[in-house]
Amino acid sequence: MTIATDFGSRGGILAERNLKYVLIAPAVFIILLIGLYPILHSLVVSFQDVSALFENYDFVGFMNYSRLFGDERLWYAMLHTLVITAIALPIELVLGLLMAQLFLDKMPFRQVMVALAIIPSVLSPVVVGAGWRLMFDDRYGPINAVIRLLFNERFSLPWVVDPIAVYPALLITEVWQWTPFMFLMLYAALSNVDQSLEEAAKIDGAGYWSIFFKIALPAIWPVMAIALIIRALDLVRIFDIVWVLTRGGPGTFTETISIYLYQRGFRQFETSYTAAMVFVIVIVLSVLVIWCLRRMEMTGAKSR
Amino acid sequence: MRRDQVNMWWRFAVALLVILIVTFPVYWLFSMAFKTPDEIFSFPPVWFPGSFYIDNFKTMWRTDDLVPVWNSIIIASISTVISLGLGTICAYSMARFRTGGDNFAIWVLSQRMLPPIAIVFPLFLAYAFLGWVDTWHGMILVYTAFNLPFVIWMMRGYIQDVPVELEESSLVDGCTRWQSLIRVVLPMSRTGLFATGVFTFIFTWNEFAFAFVLTRDGVLTFPVHVSHYFGALSTYWGKVGVISLIATLPVFFTVAFLQRYIVRGMSMGALKG
Repeated sequence: MTIATDFGSRGGILAERNLKYVLIAPAVFIILLIGLYPILHSLVVSFQDVSALFENYDFVGFMNYSRLFGDERLWYAMLHTLVITAIALPIELVLGLLMAQLFLDKMPFRQVMVALAIIPSVLSPVVVGAGWRLMFDDRYGPINAVIRLLFNERFSLPWVVDPIAVYPALLITEVWQWTPFMFLMLYAALSNVDQSLEEAAKIDGAGYWSIFFKIALPAIWPVMAIALIIRALDLVRIFDIVWVLTRGGPGTFTETISIYLYQRGFRQFETSYTAAMVFVIVIVLSVLVIWCLRRMEMTGAKSR
Repeated sequence: MRRDQVNMWWRFAVALLVILIVTFPVYWLFSMAFKTPDEIFSFPPVWFPGSFYIDNFKTMWRTDDLVPVWNSIIIASISTVISLGLGTICAYSMARFRTGGDNFAIWVLSQRMLPPIAIVFPLFLAYAFLGWVDTWHGMILVYTAFNLPFVIWMMRGYIQDVPVELEESSLVDGCTRWQSLIRVVLPMSRTGLFATGVFTFIFTWNEFAFAFVLTRDGVLTFPVHVSHYFGALSTYWGKVGVISLIATLPVFFTVAFLQRYIVRGMSMGALKG
């Protein structure tokens, strides 16, 4: 794709052969400054022993790292994150697909309804958390009010406090906010599926589901894979919704990896230990992310 | 009525139900802005505000409660403009000269996917050392860095779509690279640039984790301010309603009007490699 022309004839720093590096330099500099520097910094600090109580800048070896393995709270945080991801992701996918199918055919006010349907995904997660805290309130919340109306007039469940209900509450909020994102991606992809293929299959007597699985699904697969990867990576680092709804409580019952990092680093000021966690998490996630992106490149390339 | 017409009305009914479920929580939060304290804390809940009560707005206006919205506007606008500028020239270099190849492109995008809380912890230590916590330039720098990978990724796809021949002919006509970038490539990819800008702004506008850690009260952004209203004992729901409403409506309208761009931007930008 390179254009071989002679525009570097003026020489100097803006010469053609330098220009391409000059153009990427500022962006790369800023990304390295904010992205890479902190990681290197945490690598250094993680081999020291710095905390709110005392500052020991000597090399202490892998002390902080070996502590990670015995840290039950960290393992539970990972488990909680995994549970949220494993439940929310398939639900968002299925609901998003159903919504996309629903809005695919003509109906009155379709444009307006699609615009309304994607509102949750463009809201700030903090605003979403605020809204759902109100919804889940045990006395003043509409959800309990409806349950009282329909089933049991004494019903009063403090959703975001009671261990029985806190995960459903988090998952409902998460699914409510991000299903519309899934819907929008899949809706766009499904609108581009070749109609004539589906018509032909219909004439050949193929049923609704076999058309969906044999024609529509393979066609939208690349977009679906990307949507799933984006959501999975977002779910693994989930912070804001959980913070606003439960702060990881009751106790540490809904503490996710991000919340735990925050508590250790900014509430208990265990600087070195947090740095060790940050380093491990960033390395593990980087490998995971780069692997996912490579897969994505490949599916993307195939679809073109 | 014909059979598929009956079918359509059924689907329409289901669609209305879906829209109700999707919009009700938003309505409920916004309704707080117009409710009296008695209505907010009434048992059973009051479904509609009884009167057009605007004291919440007046109180917010009198106190400094809306300043964070203003801070958010400034931080999000400036960092959007900077990341669009720097990101676009970087994307141009990558699209036209294949600078760095695929590995570089993947590395850039991977920077966007790391957990903000993990990045912000060491960043906080550095900022504390430099005295950058709670400063305009500190926040703008963080968000610029956070948005750059996204801008680069999107713009690289859009610039690859601009026919190379057009640019070559402008070069032959005596334009420099910069001129051809500004006069040929940017106008040709303006839809993409626009969509990318809207996304970048919304991301920054809504972001919580970075601002939560790196601001105090000088350059507090609105999501952090909202989170401060949740007290241990009481929550100022009227205020939460007002600030959510004011901070969300602009985003609503942008998305409603630009629905087409956004749908295309989301699926296409993601697919271009």
